[in-house]
Amino acid sequence: MSRLSIATPGRAQTVVESLYRDVEHRISASPPGLCPVDMALSFLRLCHAQTCGKCVPCRIGLGQLTTLLESVLDSTASRDTIDLIEKTARVIQDTADCAIGYEAARMVLQGVQGFREDYISHVEHGRCLFGLNQPVPCVALCPAGVDIPGYIALVRAGRYNDAVRLIRKDNPFPTVCGYVCEHPCEARCRRRMVDDAVNICGIKRFACDHATDWTAPPCAEPTGKRIGIVGGGPCGLSAAYFLSLMGHQVVVYDQRPKLGGMLRYGIPDYRLPSEKLDADIEFILSTGIEVHTDTAIGKDIPFSEIENQYDAVYIAIGAHNDKKLGIEGEDSKGVYAAVQLLRDIGEGRIPDFQGKRVCVVGGGNVSMDATRTAIRLGARSVTCVYRRRINDMTALAEEIEEAQSEGCQILPLQAPDRIEADESGHVTALWTRPQIIGAYGPDGRPRPHDAGAPTFRIPCDIVIVAIGQAIDAQPFEQVTPVVRGRIQAESDAFVPNTPHVFAGGDAVTGPATVIRAVAAGKVAAANIDTHLGFHHIIASDVDIPAPHLTNSPACGRVELRNRPADECIGNFDLVKCGMTEEEAQQETSRCLRCDHFGYGIFKGGRSSKW
Amino acid sequence: MVNVMINGLPVSAPEGTTILDAAASAGIEIPSLCYLKGLNEISACRVCCVEIEGEGKLVPSCNNVVRDGMVIHTNSPRVREARRTNVELILSQHDNKCATCVRSGTCQLQKVANDLGVLSIPYPPDLARGKKAFWTTTFPLYRDTNKCIKCMRCVQVCDKIQSLSVWDVSGSGSRTTIDVSGNRFIKESDCSLCGQCITHCPTGALRERDDTARAFAALAAPDKVTVVQIAPAVRTAWGEAFGMECGTASVGQLVTALRQMGADYVYDTTFSADLTIAEEGTELLHRLRAGDLATQPMFTSCCPGWVRFLKSQFPEMTGRLSTAKSPQQMFGAVAKTWLAKRLGIDPKNIFSISIMPCVAKKAESELPGMQSVPEAGNDVDLVLTTREFARMVRAEHINVPDLEESPFDSPLGDGTGAGVIFGATGGVMEAALRSAYFLATGENPPVEAFREVRNSGQSVVWREATFDLAGTPIRCAVTSGLGNARKLIRAIKRGEAQYEFVEIMACPGGCAGGGGQPVDGSDREKAVPRGAVLYDLDRRAKLRFSHENPAVQALYQEYLDEPCSEKAEHLLHCDHFAWQMPQNR
Repeated sequence: MSRLSIATPGRAQTVVESLYRDVEHRISASPPGLCPVDMALSFLRLCHAQTCGKCVPCRIGLGQLTTLLESVLDSTASRDTIDLIEKTARVIQDTADCAIGYEAARMVLQGVQGFREDYISHVEHGRCLFGLNQPVPCVALCPAGVDIPGYIALVRAGRYNDAVRLIRKDNPFPTVCGYVCEHPCEARCRRRMVDDAVNICGIKRFACDHATDWTAPPCAEPTGKRIGIVGGGPCGLSAAYFLSLMGHQVVVYDQRPKLGGMLRYGIPDYRLPSEKLDADIEFILSTGIEVHTDTAIGKDIPFSEIENQYDAVYIAIGAHNDKKLGIEGEDSKGVYAAVQLLRDIGEGRIPDFQGKRVCVVGGGNVSMDATRTAIRLGARSVTCVYRRRINDMTALAEEIEEAQSEGCQILPLQAPDRIEADESGHVTALWTRPQIIGAYGPDGRPRPHDAGAPTFRIPCDIVIVAIGQAIDAQPFEQVTPVVRGRIQAESDAFVPNTPHVFAGGDAVTGPATVIRAVAAGKVAAANIDTHLGFHHIIASDVDIPAPHLTNSPACGRVELRNRPADECIGNFDLVKCGMTEEEAQQETSRCLRCDHFGYGIFKGGRSSKW
Repeated sequence: MVNVMINGLPVSAPEGTTILDAAASAGIEIPSLCYLKGLNEISACRVCCVEIEGEGKLVPSCNNVVRDGMVIHTNSPRVREARRTNVELILSQHDNKCATCVRSGTCQLQKVANDLGVLSIPYPPDLARGKKAFWTTTFPLYRDTNKCIKCMRCVQVCDKIQSLSVWDVSGSGSRTTIDVSGNRFIKESDCSLCGQCITHCPTGALRERDDTARAFAALAAPDKVTVVQIAPAVRTAWGEAFGMECGTASVGQLVTALRQMGADYVYDTTFSADLTIAEEGTELLHRLRAGDLATQPMFTSCCPGWVRFLKSQFPEMTGRLSTAKSPQQMFGAVAKTWLAKRLGIDPKNIFSISIMPCVAKKAESELPGMQSVPEAGNDVDLVLTTREFARMVRAEHINVPDLEESPFDSPLGDGTGAGVIFGATGGVMEAALRSAYFLATGENPPVEAFREVRNSGQSVVWREATFDLAGTPIRCAVTSGLGNARKLIRAIKRGEAQYEFVEIMACPGGCAGGGGQPVDGSDREKAVPRGAVLYDLDRRAKLRFSHENPAVQALYQEYLDEPCSEKAEHLLHCDHFAWQMPQNR
């Protein structure tokens, strides 16, 4: 008998471990709208199975809660049962010895308080208040409602032109989105139940990179209506595209020399090459849109003039102003606002960071863009300073990883304290105050607070501030109230108390994503059309290939490869390589075609027009 | 053409053909439950699954198409096991008391289970109880959740054909069921009571409220004089309930059956259809001359499902309905007044029963304003669907093919061919135009002058025609099915379509395809062949103009003076504003 031995998991344990991973995937692919009481019961059963059996509240209490919840779902319970569930859960939470018990009870308690009305509906009427209303997860989660299973099937069939045509029914920026979309569509991809989400974004890029036909569909009969659009970013141009297809005469104003907004002046070329952006914009303009660049509404032309001149006006000015840190030394030479820096580069004014030490402040996507841009501008070192932990950063995980692999150092749990400058006013260092991560705030994120440690000096020559963007809504303040820096528009984009003014995009929602801007433009186009007394239909005549009858077995997700990090320094060339044809074939074959299988075929797997 | 092998037979089918249809073309039947061609191709029941060589899983044959070279097995051991298991699973959540079910014999689940030879179910029964199984007993539409197999056909027919979406999937997970959409109760909903969900249900989960016991009680009551009316569309379909082709059991046999069951007087709703024409045709001319139809038409009002639809979906258009009561209600009003007088019976002792192809008629008979003699209750005391009537005939053990024919009683048994075609879409319009022409010009038109409005069986949203009425062009439109009605009304409201006279019936094909008609479990739509029987009866009728109906003429001479007279207005017209649909209350 050995005194100690190496523990090796048995076969059953190994299988159970792999089932845990499957369950995690499954939960992450949960369709929205499930009965919350039923889900609470299912979680409770899992919790109860984890009980060691030592303590009364956990061993017996969780079991009794299970029975009680079941009686609610079977509508054999009464309102008193709900009170009993609440009381029992409270006592288990108070008296269970370990987290297995008290955390399980907390989940039940949270539910019985958070969706009590559903408990009541079950006991009183035998009904659930919830129900599935989103048949195809990816389409439901795409703000623009792009027909994702449709274009994936078309790419699989090698019909790239048709795939792109289909995407353009809902989104006139397919290429841009193929490169930089945050792909909310992938979050609840049902394929996660098998292995992992389909790389939808990568497939879209493949389709756009391989499509050859860039002819816009014909516009409807001219309506004689004129629409002015303020802002030539993704939101304004999406609205412009659809309104132009509907036969309206569209005029777009933009204060910058070129169209594209944040796509051109916010997203660096190594993520979105300008020729790719230009291709989408040229396509949009080919429907016959009039463009006035270098024209700032409110400065060059008063807004009232635009308002009077057009049958409808759409304000889509985005969020281009920077936010200040409000610390000592912020006005020193060498302090940049990230949006200003990226805009300068977009306009060809490229600063020289050769040999400089750069500090970037902030943890969002713009901060990562600034960080990676600084590396490309030849900086000797780039340090990204963030007041929370790395896994609290709001930037996409892959952006953070890539920035790190390109040589950036991330310094978490440091809050900017002051900027030190020499006698000529040039930055010499960023002083930070060490933080400690703490309790969870109401937003569900743990909050940092002062660690009480001595401040920390980071010697540097450049500080780039990337802590958020603001909206320059001042020219529109006479038209519409601007609340907390945002233009107030209704969910149909209409600005209340105006004759025919609509607004959308970042200027209304605050800084968001490209696809949300596109979706806002689409919504505005539909409602402006209706406002003008029309009901034009935007449709696609692309026929979708029938699904393959057998889905591919579990198979890894294709990720796009990056060029080697050292090749990326000193230039703004595209970092990510597209899929090969073989990869695209494999990845498209992973799509489970939820438009045909499951709930999709019953409750609208496809909307071919809007 | 696509070439496949099914069960070892080479089969060719056009591209895009489903596996199920391709097999059927070769005489190979694949059982299914949820599938309804064109309407519900969602492969939910998984009973139609087949095995395709090279495919990993079994494949539902109802919504997957044949591809060249497919080798398909519809009865392999794997298919057999899967089909049987899925049917057993459905049966475990089905109340299998076939002996007490209205659909026994026409139930598709029963047939599939019987065909498979399922003699026992290996799974424990799992039926809803308590509140989960609750349904109101007073509403004319009845749902038994424990017979529902969640095939979704009711959801689809109400969504896609009737555009009302009364039904929806409710809840999620294992307790998912079908319920009134939006967590409403049926009584609060905008259900039109068209009954199309009933006729498209594969099982006995949906049916009309059963009023047969009340009918038997009335027929047996010594102090009651039972007066029965039979709607035009009943005669074309009632024999189907006894396995006969539509039109083969005659209305004369139906009269005999009723007499054998103890009915005191048997009359024909065709009489009051003719009466409706006199009133509605006159109203049309009045409204036309008064300039009331300059922008919006007059709608027919004889279909209570359509009236309920209009009042709930477009309440602002209620005034466009003809104020003429439906033939059922005109009959009821005349029965308790003029007829009672002629027969010398106290109206309180009359028990008026109608046999209708319709579920909505049950609600119509109970509306406020349908009581001409207040102390005598509703003008129509009881409404039976064709199905309920057929159940009564079976209960009496009457052998329908052996029945002799007998005539209707007089005077309300007289009807014309024009009244008979009320039972088909376009029929009211055609009958009205025949008489309106006479009213406007003083002479009869060629009898088939208006056949353009008939149902050609082609799927169009609505049919239209313009007829010249003594120099005045009348633009007419006809449609059936409430989804079509919605499209037509939207077009009228938007000014894209303009008519003077519009006929709408809630059920596709009109009353012939009514929600109260027999169901045989075959999923064949029968409105068109049943309608053809009615047009044939019209063709063979001696009288084909409503205004020539002698009983109608006598009624005006003896009692009402003339169409739309004050007395006629009181008795034969109604106030559509006197009641509200639930959601407008």
